[in-house]
Amino acid sequence: MSSLGNIIKKELRELMTPTTFIPIIIIAIMFGSMGNAIGSIEEEMEERPIIGFIDADQSNLSFVATRILEGFGDVVFNSSDISEKEIGIEELKDKDGIALLIIPSDFSEKILNNEPSEIEVYWIMKGAGILDSISSAVVEELFSTINTNLSYELISNNATVNASTALNPTSRNDTTYFKGKVLNGVSPSDVSGILSSQSTIIPIVMMMIIIMAGSTVISSMALEKENKTLETLLTLPVKRVSIVAGKIIASALIGLMLAVIYMIGFSYYMNSFQFSGQINVNQLGLVLSLGDLLLLGLSVFVTLIAALSFCMLLGTMAKNFKSAQTLTFPVTLFALIPMFLTMFKDFDTIPLALKAFLFGIPFSHPMMAPRALIFDDYLLVIGGIIYVSIFALIMISIAVWVFKTDRLLTGSIKRKKISFRKLKK
Amino acid sequence: MEVIKVKSLVKHYGTIEAVKGISFNVNKGDIFGLIGPNGAGKTTTLRIISTLLTITSGSIQIMEYDLSKQAGEIRKIISYLPEDAGAYKNLTGKGYLEFIAHFFEQNKTQQIVSKGVEIANLKDRINDKVDTYSKGMQRRLLVGRALMTDPKLAILDEPTSGLDVNNAQEVRRIIKNTTRQGTTVLLSSHNMLEVEFLCDRIALISDGIIIEEGTPDSLMQKYEAKNIEEVFTKVVK
Repeated sequence: MSSLGNIIKKELRELMTPTTFIPIIIIAIMFGSMGNAIGSIEEEMEERPIIGFIDADQSNLSFVATRILEGFGDVVFNSSDISEKEIGIEELKDKDGIALLIIPSDFSEKILNNEPSEIEVYWIMKGAGILDSISSAVVEELFSTINTNLSYELISNNATVNASTALNPTSRNDTTYFKGKVLNGVSPSDVSGILSSQSTIIPIVMMMIIIMAGSTVISSMALEKENKTLETLLTLPVKRVSIVAGKIIASALIGLMLAVIYMIGFSYYMNSFQFSGQINVNQLGLVLSLGDLLLLGLSVFVTLIAALSFCMLLGTMAKNFKSAQTLTFPVTLFALIPMFLTMFKDFDTIPLALKAFLFGIPFSHPMMAPRALIFDDYLLVIGGIIYVSIFALIMISIAVWVFKTDRLLTGSIKRKKISFRKLKK
Repeated sequence: MEVIKVKSLVKHYGTIEAVKGISFNVNKGDIFGLIGPNGAGKTTTLRIISTLLTITSGSIQIMEYDLSKQAGEIRKIISYLPEDAGAYKNLTGKGYLEFIAHFFEQNKTQQIVSKGVEIANLKDRINDKVDTYSKGMQRRLLVGRALMTDPKLAILDEPTSGLDVNNAQEVRRIIKNTTRQGTTVLLSSHNMLEVEFLCDRIALISDGIIIEEGTPDSLMQKYEAKNIEEVFTKVVK
């Protein structure tokens, strides 16, 4: 073998390790999953939206609108009696519908009098994730089709309306039902817009804090081993639990400092859209109270402790700084999964198995908490805090146990064998 | 008075039997040397006595404490210097000694640190970061760290490893002085001259078993050898 071939062979042997391949495989799987998610957006866009309508006008012009609704939507409620509004809303709620449209009795009269006619829309919003808002976006698209067709109808019939009315014969008055709240004057896309600011920023901030503070703990353990300081530390008169707690607390403080810096920036960002787009989020009740903020802070704190305890456990497995970098990948993965899931879907709208999976990842909870708190879902938030606290305690206990075994120095755990002699005695 | 009592000590790493039932005692103020070829079980024995590793079977008593049950108490009276130990690179030499001293008697921190600085004998470099030290300087700092707390038992694994002749001699002198102040020393070394110079008693360990034990003179007499190195080659074939 030539010298070059010999060197290549040696380099390949050193580089072809699980450390090199595992991160890439994980990233490839993540991209694959994201591809699947995008695929389902396409499917959802092609689905006929479940809708209902009340046509109180029963005119030629209102028929133009209802024909479009029947043509493009799956109509599960159809009436001409405006007093049946509540029945229609309940029917749609039962049948997983999206919106009830009410065409007023003076619909055509107003248009023909050069006044845009207002269609009332009662939206039944299921979730505020990117995937959740697709069906309502499809219905919103129907409105522009209705407007275009009405314009065509008015112009082709030489109706005596002015250009402005001919181009925009209708307007919309939205009311959105979401998680027990009735939000007047806003559509699901408006609500999604407000909530997505939180569902994007908080998960990203949490993910960054978990990864940064977590890698600090793992690296700290790896450096103790690599710099050969761990053995000395373990023979000093200090309790194992103090070593574990000391490392976790120091990293948590660093993590919290980072969180405070991010949160200051985030609060300025939040203030900037409090009245954006003429939507008063205070009036709609889409803001966090002081109690909510305290619960959110607690959720962030316990999650940070849980993340660091988990990282401490991973850190005990690190042999050196290189292996520590590989060990941060499970942490990164468990921080990225809930971040993407909470962005794309609401906790309420995901399948049960995925719900259990998301709940099981401790890092999900502060990411889901803001939206849950806005809509008074305290069970999810408090349940999450309790679950994450238990998870943290278990992780700390395991880490302390590992510190008391040979595992930390030798990489193996002492297994106690049952002595048959003792059993006989 | 016996400071260390090791009885039928066995240590397994999975299926590997590293120590196969060794027994020895070390008297107060003695320097006891464990010598043997690589992989004989010396470091494993020292790590067990230092409370780093658990015992598979057998027993160890340090002063009045049972190692299996009172490791926390033992850590207060021992000091362990691993063969390839390091110090925190972002700390200065003095900062490192202060960090260690804080784990011992709080009211004697400065006294302990002063002693560590004196033993390390790094002069002004004690205020420089450990990161800038040579291997020999770092070893002297670690020897200072190990002996500054006046431990009842100092466990030193290759104490002069990485030191030049002058520094090694100085460290040997320090170890010898330490025993005069009541510290018992258990050490391992591959340097037979060092062992002969320092140790009051020696145990020759090979393949996890003690095959000879005694004073350097008695062993040399028994094997009609001029020095311990010759004893070693005769015993460990």
